[in-house]
Amino acid sequence: MSGAGVPKIRLRGLAKSFGPKVVLDGVDLDIRAGHSMVILGGSGSGKSVTIKCILGLITPDAGTIEIDGRDVAKLSRREREAVNDRIGMLFQNGALFDSLPVWENVCFKLLAQRRITRRAARDKAAEVLAQVGLAASVSDLYPSELSGGMQKRVGLARAIAAEPDIIFFDEPTTGLDPIMGAVIDGLIVDCVKRLGATAVSITHDMASARRIGDDAAMIHRGKIVWTGAAATLGETGNAMVDQFARGEREGPIQMELRK
Amino acid sequence: MKAPEPLDRALDLTAAIGRAAILVLRGAGAVALFAAEAISHLLRPPFYGRLFLKAFIEIAWFSLPVVALTAVFTGMVLALQSYTGFARFNAEGAVANVVVLSITRELGPVLAGLMVAGRIGAAFAAEIGTMRVTDQIDALNTLSTNPMKYLVAPRLLAGTIAMPLLVVIADILGVMGGWLIGTQQLGFSSGAYLKATFDFLEAWDVISGLIKAAVFGFVVTLMGCWCGYQSGGGAQGVGRATTSAVVSSSILILALDYVLTAMMFTR
Repeated sequence: MSGAGVPKIRLRGLAKSFGPKVVLDGVDLDIRAGHSMVILGGSGSGKSVTIKCILGLITPDAGTIEIDGRDVAKLSRREREAVNDRIGMLFQNGALFDSLPVWENVCFKLLAQRRITRRAARDKAAEVLAQVGLAASVSDLYPSELSGGMQKRVGLARAIAAEPDIIFFDEPTTGLDPIMGAVIDGLIVDCVKRLGATAVSITHDMASARRIGDDAAMIHRGKIVWTGAAATLGETGNAMVDQFARGEREGPIQMELRK
Repeated sequence: MKAPEPLDRALDLTAAIGRAAILVLRGAGAVALFAAEAISHLLRPPFYGRLFLKAFIEIAWFSLPVVALTAVFTGMVLALQSYTGFARFNAEGAVANVVVLSITRELGPVLAGLMVAGRIGAAFAAEIGTMRVTDQIDALNTLSTNPMKYLVAPRLLAGTIAMPLLVVIADILGVMGGWLIGTQQLGFSSGAYLKATFDFLEAWDVISGLIKAAVFGFVVTLMGCWCGYQSGGGAQGVGRATTSAVVSSSILILALDYVLTAMMFTR
């Protein structure tokens, strides 16, 4: 499978524009197998578009995406689906199916892949929910009946239930109070470690980035401007990253505001 | 060199017409591709029987009251209108024939189609549109599920099958509405009215209406799914999707009604 030298995900020259707006302008990034990569960046810097490209939800205008050393653009539809079968994703706002109860949400992928019967799915859901600290009694509720933190945890349970090799987290702590944010981070670290998965998170929450990341990369105006260890965030010596990490108004990154 | 002003303006006009035409053609092409992909998913497993059933019950069962009321009142009005109109040339006897032919060939499928466009087209567009703007459609993709197969295909099939069944009921209730007015108000005897109803009715009258109904059911669910699928821009986008689903499917029903009538009744 993935040899020592081959990164799990390799992006080269990834570019994407929407009309005249250039969102990705040549993103190069290597994500090591079994490690947790945090992609930082301000709003509108292209973080979400990057992972949507890797997931195949958006087709890039140029550049290559390799997963396990294979260019995904050259895969057949079936092979591409097989790659996606091993990827999990936690969406920013959960994106839970509000017409389905929690247990069906959690086991959706297993049911879709026919790896489990509907009868067994309830037990499996209870098991996965326990891993994210939720009681089995949540199983029969609908997503609209859950608090924001619980929705996030159900979303996490859904992302890990099929035991993926790669998991994406889109702003996992946004919209949560700091304590719940830390709880979610802890669950993410535990789950990723238990699965031995490669994790890619996008965030602008520095505390969260240091907690869940091994590696970090900063994206600005559609380009990766820095990569390094997540532990060094805040004292990287890179003026842009440090400004971002400390949340300073003055620095190389100028917000485009009109007075 | 500058073209004289009137010519300029004339060219502007043609350009505007051309732009609109291209937009319409591009839209039609996109919808056609969307429909073709959805149909192709109906032929390949996995199939979502549970979702088909849910959509079918939503369309057939829950539209029943609205469609039934529409049909009964339409039948009643038809009887009344044709009676008073036909009295001018002593043709009151044709009331029963007029009611049954109008209902089965024309008004049953069209009015039921328009009612279902309001109910189902709007509901599907709003539901799928909300799923689009809350990332649920993207989530389906990451969960080994093709959203066209999961969301669109079962709904299209349900609409195409449910509409003819609704129209059978609308036909019966429409004739009943006419019979009610005919016997209670216009002085027909029950037996004579029913005899007149069935004497000149041909199977093709009913079947052609049911074919129309199937087409309308397909169009309504297709436009509902398409507009929802293309929705963007939060709550406002979903609102726009809902509106355009109802408007476009209503217009398509009326236009296709003409086309189908011309195809089926002119030889």
